[in-house]
Amino acid sequence: MIHLKRAFYAILRWILGFFRVLYQSIHLALSQIWANKTRAVLTMLGIIIAVASVTAVIAALSGLKAKILSQVKTFGTNTIFIMPTRPDEGPKQHASWWEIRFEPEQFDDLMEHCPSISKLGRQSSGGRHTVSFRDRSAENVNVNGIEPDCFQIESRTFLLGRPLSLMDEMQTRQVCIIDPRLQNELRLKRDCIGQQILIGHNAFIVVGVIEPRPSSPFGDTGSENYEIFIPFKTNLKLQPYPWIYAIAESRSAEVSEDAVAELRFFFRRTRNLEPGEPDTFRVESLKSALEQFNQIAIVVTMVAGGIVGISLLVGGVGIMNIMLVSVSERTREIGLRKAVGARRSAILTQFLIESVVLCFIGGLIGIGIGYLLTQAIANIPKAELDMAHIPWQAVAISFAFSGTVGIFFGMFPAIKAARLDPIEALRHE
Amino acid sequence: MASNHVIITLQDVRREYNLGVECIHALDGVTLELSDNEYVAIMGHSGSGKSTLMNVLGCLDRATSGSYILDGEDTTKMSDAALARVRNERIGFVFQSFELLGQLSACRNVEMPLIYANSGWLSRRKLATEALERVGLKGRMRHKPNQLSGGEKQRVAIARALICKPSILLADEPTGNLDTKTSREIMDLFRQLHNEGQTIIMVTHEADIACHADRIIRMQDGKVISDLPTAEDPASQHLKATHTKEAQA
Repeated sequence: MIHLKRAFYAILRWILGFFRVLYQSIHLALSQIWANKTRAVLTMLGIIIAVASVTAVIAALSGLKAKILSQVKTFGTNTIFIMPTRPDEGPKQHASWWEIRFEPEQFDDLMEHCPSISKLGRQSSGGRHTVSFRDRSAENVNVNGIEPDCFQIESRTFLLGRPLSLMDEMQTRQVCIIDPRLQNELRLKRDCIGQQILIGHNAFIVVGVIEPRPSSPFGDTGSENYEIFIPFKTNLKLQPYPWIYAIAESRSAEVSEDAVAELRFFFRRTRNLEPGEPDTFRVESLKSALEQFNQIAIVVTMVAGGIVGISLLVGGVGIMNIMLVSVSERTREIGLRKAVGARRSAILTQFLIESVVLCFIGGLIGIGIGYLLTQAIANIPKAELDMAHIPWQAVAISFAFSGTVGIFFGMFPAIKAARLDPIEALRHE
Repeated sequence: MASNHVIITLQDVRREYNLGVECIHALDGVTLELSDNEYVAIMGHSGSGKSTLMNVLGCLDRATSGSYILDGEDTTKMSDAALARVRNERIGFVFQSFELLGQLSACRNVEMPLIYANSGWLSRRKLATEALERVGLKGRMRHKPNQLSGGEKQRVAIARALICKPSILLADEPTGNLDTKTSREIMDLFRQLHNEGQTIIMVTHEADIACHADRIIRMQDGKVISDLPTAEDPASQHLKATHTKEAQA
């Protein structure tokens, strides 16, 4: 028992002693750095730049990701986009857009052949028209022909009135849904339902006002321009050969891959593609779009990581250089410390901690600058980065890296200091 | 007052520097015995081996052969870490150029050996205050070395050497950078410390400084050539002669 107790106290004393040495060394390192402020800051520059840039890049990426996720939520995660594309290879490589385009009939019977699809909505862009009401008019308004299900799939909300109905569609009624900004522009009544406006030369009755979509990183979804929606078939009547695409919804997120496969199979048949011929259309679930983004994010992170790695290396060499200078400047001090009883390990610890502290301070300043950069990035208009934030992992990684650089590049100078012969060191001029 | 307890025994200590072409015998068979509470001066010209002897006595250097027993322990076979501990606990160094750290206050300079003795903050402050009081620098605790005179700096260095209550105080040319008046003051301090029971070994080449010790060891070519009480040493007799001449004049 007594032995155990003694051993326990010995261990306790050792731990206490360790912390004392740590505290001493940190204190000493800070006073040393404080004494050479300018030099310390210049030395830390590499680390500061590296940490600031990695923090800003990670913040921008995570902001973009958060933004996209929030967008996906407004679309609904089960959404699938269907659009024509020209393949990169094969016989249709140089086909004209006319050959590639969807025809309205190609969607017939889709619901019967694709059991994983719960909703489908065709859309057609009817080009840009001048919309007018009495003496007011707006130019270049996107007119979209749209099937009623689209509003449900995109889960869009209405400020006023109703969405387009199946009856509007079947009877090719001349009704439209507008955006509140257009309502303002045309000086329509506050309750504009039932008012008649002109799209081109055709009269349309306003049946609803739709909430504008939040701006999206996927490109132009109408945030810049006014939106106006008319029934799909009405649009076909006005413009017989429009550019057609569609959005669909799978029954659940789990079957979205199945749904994509079913759609591909269906369209390959309806579009008469030979086996082996590449697709002339794209079927993309939001999930796969998200995966694509994640891949891009990984590549960007790796490139940024490479740059950061190089600047950390340069920063580390700077630290090593200044530590070597410090060791040779303080040779007499090292000699004295050894003469009064400092062991090699104590000297080693002192210099190692000094370089680690130097790196940590650099890291801290770097994170501070990274934070400012993030704020700046978040306030760039139209850059879609307003959700940029620094995740705590980025802070942890930055600290871990600067600590590692401090230990790695501080080791050589510290060993050099620890190995000094006290007699030689005390004689050093 | 002087007990005859032996604290240092050197037995045929040699220190050789092998320079490749030739071998230099810095210490060429030194045999010495020092008792507790002695006040010894080691004298010699440069190259006589007195600095090497000092380094060996201070455990900064190891003898190539022979044995050095300090406080009953053979230091020749100790590890580097053990020697560092011996330096910390048993030996206090005073250097010619003080070797104070410029950015630290007098108090913190004095505390330094205690950091490596692994003692707590409070006891460190207390011991440092006591040590500074002992050398007569009570009011200079917070001063930085550049705010102190040469004599005061050396006092701080002495306080630092004394703080771990060492068995021996090793002074290497302690007055080498001081004027005559300050040198006298430092010598008075040494005498006072000696009277309080401190063992002091002082290396010097100045005869009038050496005469403050009780025993003078003279070295030449790495050998001890004379080891006499101060009264019998030629230096003191010469000094006495000049003093009487001055008195007569």
